[in-house]
Amino acid sequence: MKLALVLFIAVTVALLGYGYYQGMHAAPTEQTMGHIQRIFYYHVPSAWTSFIFFFINFIASIWYLAKRNLKADALALASAEMGVVFCTIVLVTGPLWAKPVWGIWWTWDARLTTTLVLWLIYVSYLILRRFSDSQQTPTLAAALAIFGFLDVPIVYMSIRWWRTQHPQPVIAGGQGSGIDPEMRFALFANWAAFLAMAALITWFRYRLAIGEQQVEEEHRARALRSQLQEVR
Amino acid sequence: MTTATPNPTAVASTVILNHVSKFFGRFPALLGISSTFAQGEVCALLGGNGSGKSTLLRIIAGLARPSDGSVQVAGRIGYMAHSSMLYDEMSGIENLEYTAALYGIAAREHCVKAMQDVGLDPELPRLARDYSQGMRQRLSLARAILHDPELLLLDEPFSNVDTASAAQMLTLVEQLKARGKTIVVVTHQPELVRTLADHSIVLANGRIVEEKRGRA
Amino acid sequence: MSILTLALVNLRKDLRLEWRSRDTLNALGFFALLVVVIFSFSFDPNAEESRRIAGGIFWVSFVFAALVALNQAWARELRNQVLDAYRVSGASPAALFIGKAVGNFLFVAIIEALVSPLFVIFYNLRALGSSWLLATVFLLGTWALVINGTFFAALCARTRSREMMLPLLLLPISLPAVLAMVEATTALLTGEADPGMWIKLLAGYDIVFTTASLMLFETVLHSE
Repeated sequence: MKLALVLFIAVTVALLGYGYYQGMHAAPTEQTMGHIQRIFYYHVPSAWTSFIFFFINFIASIWYLAKRNLKADALALASAEMGVVFCTIVLVTGPLWAKPVWGIWWTWDARLTTTLVLWLIYVSYLILRRFSDSQQTPTLAAALAIFGFLDVPIVYMSIRWWRTQHPQPVIAGGQGSGIDPEMRFALFANWAAFLAMAALITWFRYRLAIGEQQVEEEHRARALRSQLQEVR
Repeated sequence: MTTATPNPTAVASTVILNHVSKFFGRFPALLGISSTFAQGEVCALLGGNGSGKSTLLRIIAGLARPSDGSVQVAGRIGYMAHSSMLYDEMSGIENLEYTAALYGIAAREHCVKAMQDVGLDPELPRLARDYSQGMRQRLSLARAILHDPELLLLDEPFSNVDTASAAQMLTLVEQLKARGKTIVVVTHQPELVRTLADHSIVLANGRIVEEKRGRA
Repeated sequence: MSILTLALVNLRKDLRLEWRSRDTLNALGFFALLVVVIFSFSFDPNAEESRRIAGGIFWVSFVFAALVALNQAWARELRNQVLDAYRVSGASPAALFIGKAVGNFLFVAIIEALVSPLFVIFYNLRALGSSWLLATVFLLGTWALVINGTFFAALCARTRSREMMLPLLLLPISLPAVLAMVEATTALLTGEADPGMWIKLLAGYDIVFTTASLMLFETVLHSE
């Protein structure tokens, strides 16, 4: 178990390094935007990664409601946090890219706007978790998670239609725009790296949540044991 | 006198508590509660503030889940607590008619009779929020027994109530006992139920510290 | 008693309670009026512009007004622990939810109907598109807000800072529906675009979230 983890960390670091090399050096320079375009290799994979982790949160939430297994709830929490982190990266890299290229901080570009709405939905999820009574948190959060994820395709569609009706500058070079194969390779290399890193950190976060659950469980077990002893 | 009851399939009512524990976070509200309540028995649940009596009653009523252990309840449940569980802006009879609808009871006569049983006037148009505390408790009791439950769970029914209302409710509880209902009463005032109770449990810090069967 | 019959019982109960106190309708109506007036001071549009922005202003006003109503949606049930009695009775949670949602829908729709003429007056509006479609957008849009609002109001009922939690949860998830409502309304008021896609989106949104709410309400009701 320990060995597998160490190996995975090593692989992740290697992937991150390789992705960096590909994105920052090996991939060709974009002709109109120049080097600033390389932020693309962080911006786009972050969006894809956050989406995957929100999906994991969705599945974990359903699993919790079906089985009432607290491990599922721990995974739901960890994956939601991870998704929000990557959403934040998208929301930060977007303006960093847009300002030098277009001269404006924000365009209501489809990807950026969808990411903003997702960010809001999942931050509200995290806030609900904090503000609800700890007995009810797993159930209420799971219900909200299901609603949130059901909304994701609707958000995506609605914003795309909105942008086709009111076109705006597109930050990430459009959906179907042709992409140089070397750039595509760098893109996927970074995506693999991000997925590995996200999986690793989620694993640690999950273990932390499980640990917290176990501490509570131990407190309760002690109270129960002392009660049993008194009975005898 | 026999009247058609709204509950044609009377079931032997028992409550079985098997090592029931309830934690709120780390706080142990109940620890290892085991007992049984037989059909037709009246049990008094006693204990100081924070001893876990209300929590136990809620668990038996199905409103809270035990953290550990199990509860088995047979029969329909009537539950009465400190809150009236009534709508302030409806009259007494309107509140009971609503409750009757929840249980699928169509006949208005049951609501009328239930109000009369607790000594309230069914025709009174006064809204529940304008009832006195004693009247409100009695109305809440009427609401709890409307569907003729086998098991009655009463959480401090006689507290903050004038003596006339308390006496009225006590009489009704005696009648219900005579009809074979199982009744669990949480109370601060053991004298009130001393004559009725066949079984008493004293809770302290979530544990049973004393349990007696048979009349005091 | 079937679910629909019990839902009707719940609806009638809520209508009766509301009629006797008029808490929700008063708060909702007055708030909606205030928002309309404030926006009128803030944006002083000429006729052409007003058609373009009226849709947005209308729906923003009603989203906030609806929040005022929805925050109180379960207040009477919570006040005297009526929800406990409902849970013990074993009566259908779906019937409770449907009754409550339809009641809220009626309250918000009534206020919309009363306040819309003010919009027409203040902004000198005249729908260039179909009025029937406009009515459809209003109905679908109001349902979208109310169905999720009623569900989330139940979700937040026992959380800290309940009044703050409801908008925090409801607004992000409602964004696509609000976008659709605004775009469709603007399209119909200006006659410059086809609202068809937006209306379909709203209908889809309503179906998805009505189903989800009905399926998950029981879990939330018994989540203690």
